[in-house]
Amino acid sequence: MSHWDVLLQQVINGVSLGAMYALLALGFTMVYGIIELINFAHFNVFMVGSFIAMWTLEAMGFAGQSHVLYGLPLIGILLAAFAVTMLGSGILGVAIERLALRPLRGVPGTAPMITTIGMSYILYNIVLLGAGADSKNYTNPMPKTAWEFGGVTLRLREVLLWTVALLLMLALNYFVRRTKMGKAMQAMAQDQEAARMVGIDVDRVVIITFFLGSALAGAAGLIFGLYYNYTSYLIGYTAGLRAFTAAVLGGIGNIPGAMLGGIMIGLIESLGGQYIAVRWTDIIIFSLLVLVLVFRPTGLLGRAAPTKS
Amino acid sequence: MPISDERQTPSQRPPPLLEFKDVNTYYGELHVLKGVDCSVGEGEIVCLLGGNACGKSTTMKTILGIVKPKSGEVAYAGARINELPTAERVKRGIAPVPEARRLFPRMTVLENLEMGAFTRDDTAEIEIDKERVFALFPRIKERLKQQAGTLSGGEQQMVAIGRALMARPKLLCMDEPSMGLSPAFVEQVFDIIQAINRQGTSIFMVEQNANMALSIASFGYVLQTGQVVLHGSAQSLRDNEMVQQAYLGRMKA
Ligand SMILES: Nc1ncnc2c1ncn2[C@@H]1O[C@H](COP(=O)(O)OP(=O)(O)OP(=O)(O)O)[C@@H](O)[C@H]1O
Ligand SMILES: [Mg+2]
Repeated sequence: MSHWDVLLQQVINGVSLGAMYALLALGFTMVYGIIELINFAHFNVFMVGSFIAMWTLEAMGFAGQSHVLYGLPLIGILLAAFAVTMLGSGILGVAIERLALRPLRGVPGTAPMITTIGMSYILYNIVLLGAGADSKNYTNPMPKTAWEFGGVTLRLREVLLWTVALLLMLALNYFVRRTKMGKAMQAMAQDQEAARMVGIDVDRVVIITFFLGSALAGAAGLIFGLYYNYTSYLIGYTAGLRAFTAAVLGGIGNIPGAMLGGIMIGLIESLGGQYIAVRWTDIIIFSLLVLVLVFRPTGLLGRAAPTKS
Repeated sequence: MPISDERQTPSQRPPPLLEFKDVNTYYGELHVLKGVDCSVGEGEIVCLLGGNACGKSTTMKTILGIVKPKSGEVAYAGARINELPTAERVKRGIAPVPEARRLFPRMTVLENLEMGAFTRDDTAEIEIDKERVFALFPRIKERLKQQAGTLSGGEQQMVAIGRALMARPKLLCMDEPSMGLSPAFVEQVFDIIQAINRQGTSIFMVEQNANMALSIASFGYVLQTGQVVLHGSAQSLRDNEMVQQAYLGRMKA
């Protein structure tokens, strides 16, 4: 393998990880964008999403990684798994908002954020109690088809995951830019009181935002399982923190920023692992977070933070 | 000089579209509106005068339901609306031009106008109202693709008024429409307010620029630390000594 092959291989891996982080980062950034809340429950909505997806695949009669599908059946099963997972995770996100966060709306200070940490722990412990502490061998109907280009391997599953992530991001982009509810989200992010004054139902926008963000986190959870072939009650923290870093890096509250930040974190993880050392990955990522916060607090694509009175 | 011409008002004013009866509004412990009574009759321009921090914007927010009164009644078109959410009030025809404009800064002018029609689905009628706004503000039409945050203060005020009109309101609530505008521009804005009123929209206007406000209003209230201390026809307020000293900058010789 030449240097270039190694580099290209790591770029492929990085983009795969990055697509997953980007989907996860979108939920942080969307919720922050409209209600300026950092939602730490999001970490474990992602984790629960990966379980929902695994159970869905099992319910459809799959187990382990030996039952492989090709062509249209594969696409059909993947679509169904993503749909159920995203619906389930979305509903979980909405439930968290209704039960734990809505009563605290308008409470100043850190109480709502602390509540999200509490919710995160509750989800973590529920899954730990319900599913056990062992890593689960993930149900994965994707074939191991791969193509070799020189020394570089491109796996079919990566291409599929990229496609799913790209379609989801395009759909989100369309929703936010073109639909009336998306415009209402933008309006709320820019000026909440003015949004109310033009007749936007703020509670409804918040619910839809939690639903979409959580649904994307669920999709990321499924991608995690399909990519690594395992899941566990623990996966929320590492991936969640990296995705959160991605959101801050891109500019929290900024949707294209979350996508960019996600891909960058994915690339840093894979290239850092290759050229420096895997053990250093988190040190590099969080040093970057600190540097961004110090030198460019609004992130790469962020605007000056809105100062609210 | 006696404070108002209360005796002649009931017969002269049109039936109320909006009415406050003994309204008390609080922010937490802070008692801001203290037993406010006021009304806007059908087709009237009514102004609310008052110095800084006396509760003018709070009155506006109480009309819109951004804050809810602790006691008293807010009635609109004959119905009590105290508990009605803001979105429902906008649907029923109350639209605001908020203090400091409050446009959506990173949306274009056109998008801002469209947000004003958020509660409506009658696409064809919305287009008609858009044209009506362009007719009132030809300058807006030249800047439809510009980001609202990059407009001049005067242009922003036009878009803010246009955005409110896109709700096709029966009652337009304006919080200091002259704030931060040059005198020539203020005059233009007040001409437009009159034009909107002639087209059938009732107007409730908060102003510190008492001179201009009283020149187009038919009735006015003076608010001091959350209480209505004076009310009467615009003419009677202009002639009132206290108003002249406090708000018209005219000293008695
Ligand atoms: N959201 C809020 N929370 C707490 N107090 C508030 C809030 N909004 C306004 N106040 C207080 O209520 C009082 C009245 O404010 P309001 O904005 O109604 O005054 P105003 O008459 O519009 O003043 P100005 O002429 O400066 O616009 C002020 O003392 C203000 O500090
Ligand atoms: Mg004010």
